[in-house]
Amino acid sequence: MAMTLDLSRWQFGITTVFHFMFVPLTIGLALLLAIMQTAAYRTREDAERHDKWDRITRFWRRLFLINFAIGVVTGIVQEFQFGMNWSLYSRYVGSVFGAPLAVEALLAFFLESTFLGVWIFGKGRVSARVHLASIWLVSVGTMLSALFILAANAWMQHPVGYKVVGNRAVMTNFWAVMTNSTLIGSFLHVLFSALVTSTMLILGVSGWHLLKDRRAGHAPRPVFATSAKLALVVGVVAIVATMFFGDNQARIMERQQPMKMAAAEAIYNTQNGASFSLLTIGDLSGNPIFQIRLPHMLSVLADNNWDGAVQGLNQIQAREAAKYGPGNYKPILWVTYWTFRIMVGCGILMLVLLAAGLWLMRRRRLEQSAWFLRIAVFAIALPFVANTTGWIFTEMGRQPWVVYGLLKTSQAVSHIGTGYVVTTLVGFTAIYSLLAAVDFGLMARYARGEGTSEEHDDESEPEPGDDRVPALVY
Amino acid sequence: MTFILAGVHSAHTGFEVFWFIVIAILWSGYFVLEGFDFGVGIMLGVVARDDLDRRVLINTIGPVWDGNEVWLLVAGGATFAAFPNWYATLFSGFYLPLFLILAALIFRGVAFEFRAKRAFPAWRVAWDHAIFWGSLLPALLWGVAFANILRGVPIGANFTYLGSFFNLLNPYSLVGGVTTLLLFSLHGAVFTSLKTTDDLRERASRAAKVLAPAATAAIVAFLAWTYVNAHNAHNTGLVPPIVPILAIAAVAVVGWLLREHLEGWAFVATAVGLVCLVATIFLNLYPRVMVSSISPAYDLTIGNSASAPYTLKVMTIVALIFTPLVLVYQGWSYWVFRGRLSRPALPGVVEPAAAAPGPAEGETGSVAPEAGATLEESPLTESGTS
Repeated sequence: MAMTLDLSRWQFGITTVFHFMFVPLTIGLALLLAIMQTAAYRTREDAERHDKWDRITRFWRRLFLINFAIGVVTGIVQEFQFGMNWSLYSRYVGSVFGAPLAVEALLAFFLESTFLGVWIFGKGRVSARVHLASIWLVSVGTMLSALFILAANAWMQHPVGYKVVGNRAVMTNFWAVMTNSTLIGSFLHVLFSALVTSTMLILGVSGWHLLKDRRAGHAPRPVFATSAKLALVVGVVAIVATMFFGDNQARIMERQQPMKMAAAEAIYNTQNGASFSLLTIGDLSGNPIFQIRLPHMLSVLADNNWDGAVQGLNQIQAREAAKYGPGNYKPILWVTYWTFRIMVGCGILMLVLLAAGLWLMRRRRLEQSAWFLRIAVFAIALPFVANTTGWIFTEMGRQPWVVYGLLKTSQAVSHIGTGYVVTTLVGFTAIYSLLAAVDFGLMARYARGEGTSEEHDDESEPEPGDDRVPALVY
Repeated sequence: MTFILAGVHSAHTGFEVFWFIVIAILWSGYFVLEGFDFGVGIMLGVVARDDLDRRVLINTIGPVWDGNEVWLLVAGGATFAAFPNWYATLFSGFYLPLFLILAALIFRGVAFEFRAKRAFPAWRVAWDHAIFWGSLLPALLWGVAFANILRGVPIGANFTYLGSFFNLLNPYSLVGGVTTLLLFSLHGAVFTSLKTTDDLRERASRAAKVLAPAATAAIVAFLAWTYVNAHNAHNTGLVPPIVPILAIAAVAVVGWLLREHLEGWAFVATAVGLVCLVATIFLNLYPRVMVSSISPAYDLTIGNSASAPYTLKVMTIVALIFTPLVLVYQGWSYWVFRGRLSRPALPGVVEPAAAAPGPAEGETGSVAPEAGATLEESPLTESGTS
């Protein structure tokens, strides 16, 4: 059983991290495409500006669709594996956790899939206005999807609106589940980080093209210059908002899951005016070889107070053991400590980069600053690293609980043979690796602007007399 | 319906009965909708002669397949929320078949998008295989799964599945699998003949005429065996004889409808056949949701696997408000994409069917504006693999 548990956790981790490589891009790009297409629609009287926005929309749309496909198919696995590998969890929480999942499928998945179909295939068959509305509805669908799945996740972090009846949790207040204090912070944090992810992609890819223009000695192409500027403006706002709601989450976490906060910092004993550990070399148990600390910063972050108390691992462990019975209530410290630092570090780097870009843009030097554009290309990796480490921190930091204070992960796993789990773990990993390779190849190809001649012309508008004729888009 | 069923088994609450019916409806919708797009995927290996044919086939379902698949996700989510024990036992018990279905749906789903992204033949052929096998495997396995749910699998105390993968492979469930495979193929062939023109339409119609008797034989065998099983177990559920008879009759009449060139009605008939098949299974199950082959005491029923009444109530309100809305816009998207698809008239390609009389019904058109952009896709440079 122990093997089944460990392997099931690896499988959930691998499939979820992979799924979430694609989700933020889908959420962010859907909104940005809606904005771009709105700009194209609004400028339809002005041939030159309309043409520019239309081409911008069409360029990013290709990357969006490649990405969307993988997000959809890996999402099905997410919904199924609660029952497959975590059936005891599903029995225990179904009444509470299942509801937002079902509502997500009904409200969000139908909306995004139906209107994505209209958006891809409908040009010329529906009016420009309806075509524009359909990408906005796709965007609304992706955000609703995030809201409901995060409501389910927030309940695992901080269960509300339920009571325990017999051997399961039973929902007593759906409104409480949907207005969970943990949900509001995490939803906005995820939403803005999704926007950051897509703006970093747009900035990096545009940067690559602007560098190419610069090397070739011709003027920067307006498609990429404008895309980069849009990414910078949206990106700066989004990264600041991401940090703001991340900070908000940290305060909530200190109240609701103090163990996770202490584990993020590797704080062993409760202290007032705690310093924030920037990085540590050596072991985390209090005898580091080298470390950098910012005085009082942790107390400020967690409590908004220069001398606020931050609880220590040892005190929380004793308290939880007294409350829930003997056992180890500490997560794996090096994982929580480092994932938290990597996430925050990537966030700060992105903030600096985006702010620098905005400054260059204001001084009209963006297209000429090769050093900046070059960094922007490599910085595409930053949001993905931050998203991944953020989720690993959130989920690993809650261990040993799967639902905080209610159900331990070890009590949640299905009683299935280890051989089955090995089969699916190997199977999913192999399939996902293959998809990752194919996706990366296609994304890189289309990001470089190649392949469009090979592709069927997505956007060809039917002749006026031909409306009603479906185009062969695929 | 709710009223009658609730009256028969007064031990169950109206909400439990309601959600049992909702889930039956969701599976019916899934079988009818994704059923034809599985069938079109299978037709890729049956009626398509070259890359352009396959493109036309894929584009008949292009705008709608993803929305069709959402019916499965809603069925899964609704089962999780409304009957957590059913969801948990079913998904952990049918672990490997579900993995195979997921793997198939993954490859198939990305294939639709990725296939068009490169033009070289090996790339296209690889994704064509993904679409074909990714459609065929779930079409077979959903039948195997539902036959097992009804036949009974080793479920012990605490709703725990005690069997292995091989308990799921038995003659009855394989007949069930072949039945759904043939029905979805027929459904997809009829859909293809309804949505294409000329040669492709002819070939799809011919394929459907060949498939129709086979599908009829399969559904007769499956439903007869189901009846014998139910009779021996002294548990025929609530099946009014008219439902399975209608299922068989609807499939049996498809061949005749096609010979009369009533493709639209043939599609209605295969859809009715699928709905009545799902209805027969669920009516026979009721009030059980999974049968234990060990003891009726271990059966999962809508009573012992249901969620809390409050959850069911909240979900009922959400479903009653939003389902009509979803049906309206999904229906509207089908309306937007109505009409037949033709092979684009490519320069330099003589369309043999061009001289043939146009289709008798539906709107037709070619995709002329595409021609310039798809020169390198010319069938003359591609070798057909079917």
